[in-house]
Amino acid sequence: MAVGKEIRNKIDNVENTQKITRAMQMVAASKMRRTQERMRQGRPYAEKIRQMIGHLANSSPEYRHTYMVSRDVKRVGYIVVSSDRGLCGGLNVNLFRMLVREMVDWQSKKVEVDLGLIGNKAGAFFRSVGGNVVAALHDVGEKPTVADLVGGIKVMLDAYEEGRIDKLFIVSNQFVNTMTQRPVSRQLLPLDAEDDSSMKHRWDYIYEPDARQLIEGLVMRFIESQVYQAVIENGACEQAAKMVAMKAATDNAETLIEELKLIYNNARQAAITQEIAEIVGGAAAV
Amino acid sequence: MATIHCDIVSAEHEIFSGAVTMISLVGSIGELGILPGHAPLLTGIRPGPVHLTLENGEDEVFFASGGFLEVQPGIITILADTAARAEDLDEAAAVEAREAAERALADQAAGTDFSLAAAQLAEALAQSRTLEELRKRRRR
Repeated sequence: MAVGKEIRNKIDNVENTQKITRAMQMVAASKMRRTQERMRQGRPYAEKIRQMIGHLANSSPEYRHTYMVSRDVKRVGYIVVSSDRGLCGGLNVNLFRMLVREMVDWQSKKVEVDLGLIGNKAGAFFRSVGGNVVAALHDVGEKPTVADLVGGIKVMLDAYEEGRIDKLFIVSNQFVNTMTQRPVSRQLLPLDAEDDSSMKHRWDYIYEPDARQLIEGLVMRFIESQVYQAVIENGACEQAAKMVAMKAATDNAETLIEELKLIYNNARQAAITQEIAEIVGGAAAV
Repeated sequence: MATIHCDIVSAEHEIFSGAVTMISLVGSIGELGILPGHAPLLTGIRPGPVHLTLENGEDEVFFASGGFLEVQPGIITILADTAARAEDLDEAAAVEAREAAERALADQAAGTDFSLAAAQLAEALAQSRTLEELRKRRRR
């Protein structure tokens, strides 16, 4: 029957799209478990080293590394952790929105902003929006190693050391649960002192072998682990957000198909009724 | 007996967390034995065994391939590059790694990276040392 051919076609299209979104949902669900596992395993180290650095910043060491000294802020750096791929709902958009708000804040204080980008989406976004991008890492993949990330981090650390930027932040998504991911911005440099009143008195570590070497090594390790953990966590967020987004898309396709089927059946019924009426009318005329 | 809380974490996972009465390990400038009440200390650690004496007098041995040690009044934190329970160390693999590293060192003419080979050798030696100590302890 020729009736409703267009509608039939439309239904087929939506069904095909639904197949794709359903497959993506399932892929994301299985990847999510793996990425979350990886994130959980890395957390204790990242937390411990953050505590250790917090203690260090609270101490009054004989040697103060440039990373520990606050300077007048004329220019700040941001390491932006985004996903490589899209179709993950508002994950990246929310992150960028927060970042842009902070950038506007800085600009109103006459502070310039440098960006170090990790992930394809951040690259694409700031290419169209503009912004002073000093480093960009693409195609980080799902299983990044610290070595993959070091290049991008190094640019920002060098900039800090040479005094081109006076503060370094990292913005990434924090994994709350499967439904919720929260964009957060944290200060990496200068090192933030942990707020602990028991630490306020003057004290210092015994350093072996010597403070300078040790602090440098520890701080490098700290930055690396924080960035690495942020990338891993962002990966877990991406898969969770993708799963939720694809589930919503699959559900939407389902309702769309139902609506279209209703219209199609209505049209078909109308056509049949009309045909019968025509036949009856024709028979009566004879 | 006085105890102090000790955490050992590696980049991959948390390895140990609990109260101990003593820790001994190889710091970057020599062996260290740490008892509760130690002054705040920050040091690098060399590849080698980490001994923990637990509250009930039992011993635990771990292997750390390097990292950092922090002593705070109430807590000791060991950030290990990689760490493993000594029981999990594979003796055959350790011996093999040592031999490979020794070969690489002897084979310098072939243009192997000397410092890398030396580091590998140190790590392999430390692993077999950990295993030996573990065996001694078992016999006792």
